Amino acid sequence: MEKKDVPMDGGKYGGFSHKYYVPDENGDYVRVLSSGWEPLNIANDKFWESVSEDLAGVLEKVKKGELSPLAYHMNRHMMDAKVLAQYVGLPRWRVKRHLKPRGFNSLDDEALKRYASVFNITVEQLKETP
Amino acid sequence: MTLKKKDKDFIHRISAHCESGSIASLLCNYGIEVSEPLVFGIGSGLFFGYFSYIKMMEMPLIAFRNMPGKIMKNTAKRLGVRFEIFTFKDPEKGMDALDRTIDRGIPVGIRAGLYWLPYVPDIVRFHFNAHNLIVYGRNGNDYLISDPVCEVLTVCSRKDLMKARFCKGAMAPKGVMYYPSDTPDNVDFLPAIRKGIKEVCHVMIHVPFPLIGVWGIKTYAKALKKWPEKYGERRVPLYLGHAIRMQEEIGTGGGGFRLMYAAFLHEAAHITGDDRYLEMSKRMMAIGDEWREFALHGARICKNRASDGDNFDRLSDIILDCAGKEYQLYKDLWEIVR
Repeated sequence: MEKKDVPMDGGKYGGFSHKYYVPDENGDYVRVLSSGWEPLNIANDKFWESVSEDLAGVLEKVKKGELSPLAYHMNRHMMDAKVLAQYVGLPRWRVKRHLKPRGFNSLDDEALKRYASVFNITVEQLKETP
Repeated sequence: MTLKKKDKDFIHRISAHCESGSIASLLCNYGIEVSEPLVFGIGSGLFFGYFSYIKMMEMPLIAFRNMPGKIMKNTAKRLGVRFEIFTFKDPEKGMDALDRTIDRGIPVGIRAGLYWLPYVPDIVRFHFNAHNLIVYGRNGNDYLISDPVCEVLTVCSRKDLMKARFCKGAMAPKGVMYYPSDTPDNVDFLPAIRKGIKEVCHVMIHVPFPLIGVWGIKTYAKALKKWPEKYGERRVPLYLGHAIRMQEEIGTGGGGFRLMYAAFLHEAAHITGDDRYLEMSKRMMAIGDEWREFALHGARICKNRASDGDNFDRLSDIILDCAGKEYQLYKDLWEIVR
């Protein structure tokens, strides 16, 4: 790849654009900022599509009463029970129990606060889903 | 050996990869002029590993660089720079230690979770726990941040920074912070470059383990052929997209770090005066382009499975070809540096 080949296909990177070290016309290496690359945009779209699909599936289950709102917030932050358990300092099997409505409803205020602080929200917001 | 911090203000340097970028940036601010590719090369950053049993968000881990923290340790050892490295159990203590250090005017490198940093754009916001950045000062509870992969200087509140530094999960950073405490008067780059290249060649062709190095690339190529039946029609574009993202997303400098390594070899040729590195650099660049070719064809499959001539056999062939070329390249490099 040379300087003229650096892709400029656009993307939603903000200040985080891709940087490539490529030779310019004289063969000296320069750092070039790229606005994005189409194949990568496709891969990213695919990924975020699947994330939002999974989240919609979880939300449906929460509405049906199969899962607790905690499961929704956990999935919204792309976590699983293992990681969430590390954040709140509980064993994984207990977190898994709280993902069901019965376990979630039996939580006391202290535990709810701990979960809410992981997601930077209030206890009221934790009990709600959109 | 004394610490010669430049009296000037902190200079923000934009880089392609977070770890080599922050090390290069720190060293430059302490008077050792190094570029990012040079740090990447001396730190033996280039690697390949296909760890299908380690899951990263339910996807197999495909690594194109060595373990987080390795580049820093290798560079420090080979350039004779001493780094002070701290980790913490208690988040409050970790933040207090950071405060004390930056209040003394020392820019500090820290490792943090990408997900919790507020200035990161949504498209790259996922649980990656080994993002390196530099804190160079603070205004009360707002920390001044020079993120090497971000084009501008940013700020981050104490609460957010604490959360990011003490995030949990795989590769949890445990609030690690580091800064150079002792820099040599003059740095000899020749042996450092030699050792850096030597380690890469050793790991890539001499380690008899089928998941890493060139052997790992071959394993990856063979595994790729079986992906459609293993993961099913519906899920396989997701896995392929993941492979492309691991290879090309921010921080890799393109082609799974191969393009950056080519830049390093080019610089090595200038520093050592050895023209053989120039040819190696060109070959490495061609290999990097071939990896990008893989991403290009892979993305087509991701988008539309029925397109002509693009299938997993072809992808596998591209990667096998890369493996062959890389093997020859490391072999020739080994002859130069041994």
